[in-house]
Amino acid sequence: MKPYDILIVGGGVIGTAVARELSKYKIKIALLEKEVELAFGVSKSNSGIIHPGTQTPPRSLKGRLCLAGNRLLRSWAQELGVHFKEVGELIVAFREEERAVLQRIQQDAESLGVLGLKIVDRAWLAEHEPNLNPEVKAALYAPSAGIVSPYRLVYDLAENAQQNGVDLFLQHPVSAIRPGRGYFEVVSSGSTVFRARVVINAAGLYADEVARLVGIQDIVIHPRKGEEYLLDKKRENLTRHLLFPLPTPTSKGILIIKSSDGNPIIGPTAEPAQSKEDLGTTDAGLAKILASVQKMVPTIQRRDIIAYFAGLRPVAGDDFIIRHEAALPGFINVAGIQSPGLTAAPAIALMVRDLVRTSGLTLAPKRRFQRHRKPSVHLFSRPLSSARALVRKDPAYGDIVCRCELVSAREIRDAIQRGARTLDGIKFRTRAQAGRCHGGFCTTRIMKILAEELGQPPEALTKRGPGSEIIAKSRDHDPA
Amino acid sequence: MTRPDLVIVGAGPAGMAAALAARDQGVRDILLLERDQHLGGILNQCIHPGFGLHQFKQDYTGPEFADQYIREVEAAPEITVSLRTFAARFAPDKTLTCLRPGRVDAIRARAVIFATGCRERTREMIPIPGTRPAGVFPAGLAQKMMNLEGLLPGRTVVIAGSGDIGLIMARRLTLEGARVQAVIELQAESRGLARNVVQCLEDFSIPLHCRHRITRIHGQNRVEKVSVAAVDDDLRDRPGTAFDIPCDTVLISVGLIPENELLEMAGAAMDLKANTPVVRELGVTSLPGVFVAGNAGNIYDLVDSVTRDSERVGQKAEAYLRGVA
Ligand SMILES: Cc1cc2nc3c(=O)[nH]c(=O)nc-3n(C[C@H](O)[C@H](O)[C@H](O)COP(=O)(O)OP(=O)(O)OC[C@H]3O[C@@H](n4cnc5c(N)ncnc54)[C@H](O)[C@@H]3O)c2cc1C
Repeated sequence: MKPYDILIVGGGVIGTAVARELSKYKIKIALLEKEVELAFGVSKSNSGIIHPGTQTPPRSLKGRLCLAGNRLLRSWAQELGVHFKEVGELIVAFREEERAVLQRIQQDAESLGVLGLKIVDRAWLAEHEPNLNPEVKAALYAPSAGIVSPYRLVYDLAENAQQNGVDLFLQHPVSAIRPGRGYFEVVSSGSTVFRARVVINAAGLYADEVARLVGIQDIVIHPRKGEEYLLDKKRENLTRHLLFPLPTPTSKGILIIKSSDGNPIIGPTAEPAQSKEDLGTTDAGLAKILASVQKMVPTIQRRDIIAYFAGLRPVAGDDFIIRHEAALPGFINVAGIQSPGLTAAPAIALMVRDLVRTSGLTLAPKRRFQRHRKPSVHLFSRPLSSARALVRKDPAYGDIVCRCELVSAREIRDAIQRGARTLDGIKFRTRAQAGRCHGGFCTTRIMKILAEELGQPPEALTKRGPGSEIIAKSRDHDPA
Repeated sequence: MTRPDLVIVGAGPAGMAAALAARDQGVRDILLLERDQHLGGILNQCIHPGFGLHQFKQDYTGPEFADQYIREVEAAPEITVSLRTFAARFAPDKTLTCLRPGRVDAIRARAVIFATGCRERTREMIPIPGTRPAGVFPAGLAQKMMNLEGLLPGRTVVIAGSGDIGLIMARRLTLEGARVQAVIELQAESRGLARNVVQCLEDFSIPLHCRHRITRIHGQNRVEKVSVAAVDDDLRDRPGTAFDIPCDTVLISVGLIPENELLEMAGAAMDLKANTPVVRELGVTSLPGVFVAGNAGNIYDLVDSVTRDSERVGQKAEAYLRGVA
C-alpha cells in the first residue's frame, strides 16, 4: 500500500501541469500513467498553438481558461526553459461581406478580455504576410497567439514536478478505485494499491472510463479526429503568423501552423472517430487539408509533406468538465479537455488547486519550491557559432546522429537520462528521426545508444512501448 | 579556419572517384569529409554482387567495389580523410561548417564538390494512409539493419515499390528466413533492373503486383496488415479489387531523393522537383567553383557510371582551380 495525499491519473499536459502546480505545497503526490512514457496520449498529437481566445465562446469555461492559460503559460515556459514564441494569428476573410464576421469574432474575444486585436486590410497583409493569397480581403489579427512544443512542455512540467517531490509511475494503468472513509484505494497494474485522500482524473480520452470506476456515469467522451501534416523545415518561413480561415460552427477550420520545431503544420481535420484507438490518416483527410490550405497559401505543395499524424480530441459536450464531485468528496474530474486544452493547462492547474482546497485538503506552500529546471540543449535551436563552446565542453555534442534535424549523440543520451524509453520518446524530446529522411539514416545508431543506456538487447527496444518492438531478432539473440 | 584547395563532401564511390581524379590532374591539397566512420558510403551495406561489371570487368559486391577506391584514397598523401565529420552549413563564400566529436571547424575551400548521395523517399512522401505502427521501414534502412547490424527487421513482409533496393531486399529477407508476401508496384512494370526482377523475385516465387497500391497500413503498435487495391491507368483505385495482406513489416522502396540541402542553403540554383542543383554541364552548379557528383547530381542505376562521371567532375574541379590560380 502506497500512501499519498493526492493521486493524479494521467500523464498528459493536464496531469503534469496539475502535478507541477500542486508540487508547490507540502503534500505527497503520485502521478500514474498507463503508457511507457508521458505525453503519449492526446498531448503528443496536437497543433501546439497557444490560442489567444478568439475561437472560444466568450461565456464558456474553456474561453476563460484559454485566456488565463495564454497569459500564465509565458511565465511557466520561462521557468521551465520551454521555448514559447508569440507569433500572432490571422483569421482571414476572402469576401468583403465577411468583414462583419471578423468584427463579431473581435467583439466576442474583446468581451472575453483578449487584447490587441485589430482588423487588418489588404495592404497590411501584403506587407506582413507576403505568401498569403492576394484574394484575401481582410483579416483579424490577434498578436497574443503563440506556439510551444506540446510534448516538450509535458516532459519539462513532469521533470520539474519530480524535482519538487512528485512520484511518477509509468505503465501504471488505473483499473479500480475504491472509495473509503476519507480516502480512495486506487488499484493499478493488477495488484499495486495506492491510497490517496484526493484523486484527480486527468485521463484524457479515457476520463469517462476512469470516472465510471467510481460510478460517475454522466461523462461520455466522443473522440473527434484531427489529421495533421508536417512540412519540410525548408518551408519554415512559409508564413509569419498562424493562419486561420473563418471558423465553422464545429471547428476552427483547417489551419497553417508555425511550429516550435520549425516545420509548418497543415490541418487539422475534425471528423468523428471510430474509436479511441482510431489514429489512422486517410486519403480524404489529406485531400481536404491540401485544398483548404492551398486556398490561403497557394505555394504549398504536396511534396512539402514529410510526416503526418492523427490526434483525437476528447470531446464531452461543448465545454470542459472540471469539477469536484460533492457526492464523492475528494474526487476531482478534469474531463472533456478538447482544444484549447494545451493553452488552458496552466489555468486548469490553478482551478484544480482551488478545487483541492474545496475538497478539504490543506495546502501549505513549501518554503523551497524549485521554480526552475535546467533547460535541455537543442543544437537545432541555437546558432552554430554557439555550438563550439558546447562541443568543447562535451565532445559528444559534435557527434551528429540525426543529420536532417542536427541532433547529437549527447542530446540523445540526455533525453534517455531524462526519461525517454522508446524511439518515439527520443523523437519527441530531441527531434531525431522527425526530419525529412524519417530516421532512414539514424534509426540504427539511436537504437544502439538506447540499448546501451537501458542495458537492453536490440529486440527489446520499442517504438512506443510493449507490442511495438522495432525488430524481430538480432544475430546474438533469437527469442523465437 | 583551414583552407584546402579542394573539399569533397561525402566519401562514397562518387567522392572517392572525384578525389582521385583531381589528384591525378595535379591537385595537391584535397580534404575528403565523411559523416560515417568508414569510407565507402552506401556500398558498405550492399553486400550483393553485380558491381563493377563495366568498370573492372568483375562481378564485385558493394564492399569489394568500394575497396578498389578506398585503398587508393588511403594511400594518397594528397588526400586527407576526415571521418565522422558532418558538414552542417555551407555559405556562398564556400565556407563549410563541420561538426565532429570534439570539434567544430570552419573550412574555406577554393573549390568544393558535393558528393552527398541521396536519401530514400519515405512512406510519408507517397503518402500511404493508415496508422503509424512499428515495422514500417525504408528499404535501405532495413538493408542497413540486416547487413551491417545483424538485425532482422521482421518475419512477414510486404514491399511497397519495386525499386532495386526493394527487390534486393526481397531476396535478402527470404534468405534470412523471413516470408516476403508480395511486392506492390504502382507503375505498369517494375522500376528495378530486369535482372533483379528475375533473380530476386521470380527465382523465389515472390508475387509482384503491378498497377496496385497499398491503400492503408493497419496495426496499433506493430504492423498487422496492409490493404491493397488495383489502380487504373490514371492511378485511381479500381472498385471491387481491394484485398488485405497480413504482415508485420512494410518496406518502402519508392525511389531516392538527391541530398542537396547544403547547396540549396548557399543559394545554388535548384531544380526543386528533382532536388538537384541546376547544372550547365555535368557537375557544374550555378555557384562558381562548386560542383556536384554522383547520386547527389542525378540518380544512377549503376555504380560504374557514378565513378566514371565523378572522375570527370574531379577533373573539372582541377581545371577550375588552375583557371583561378
Ligand atoms: C488534432 C488536435 C489538435 C489540437 N490542437 C491544439 C492546439 O493547437 N492548442 C491547444 O490549446 N489545444 C489543442 N488540442 C487540444 C489538446 O491537445 C488537449 O486538450 C490536451 O492535450 C489534453 O490533455 P490531457 O492531459 O487532458 O490528455 P492526454 O494527453 O490524453 O493525457 C491523458 C493521459 O491519461 C492516460 N490514461 C488514460 N487512462 C488511464 C488510466 N486508466 N490509468 C492511467 N493513465 C491513464 C493516457 O495514457 C494519457 O497519457 C488539440 C487536440 C487535437 C486532437
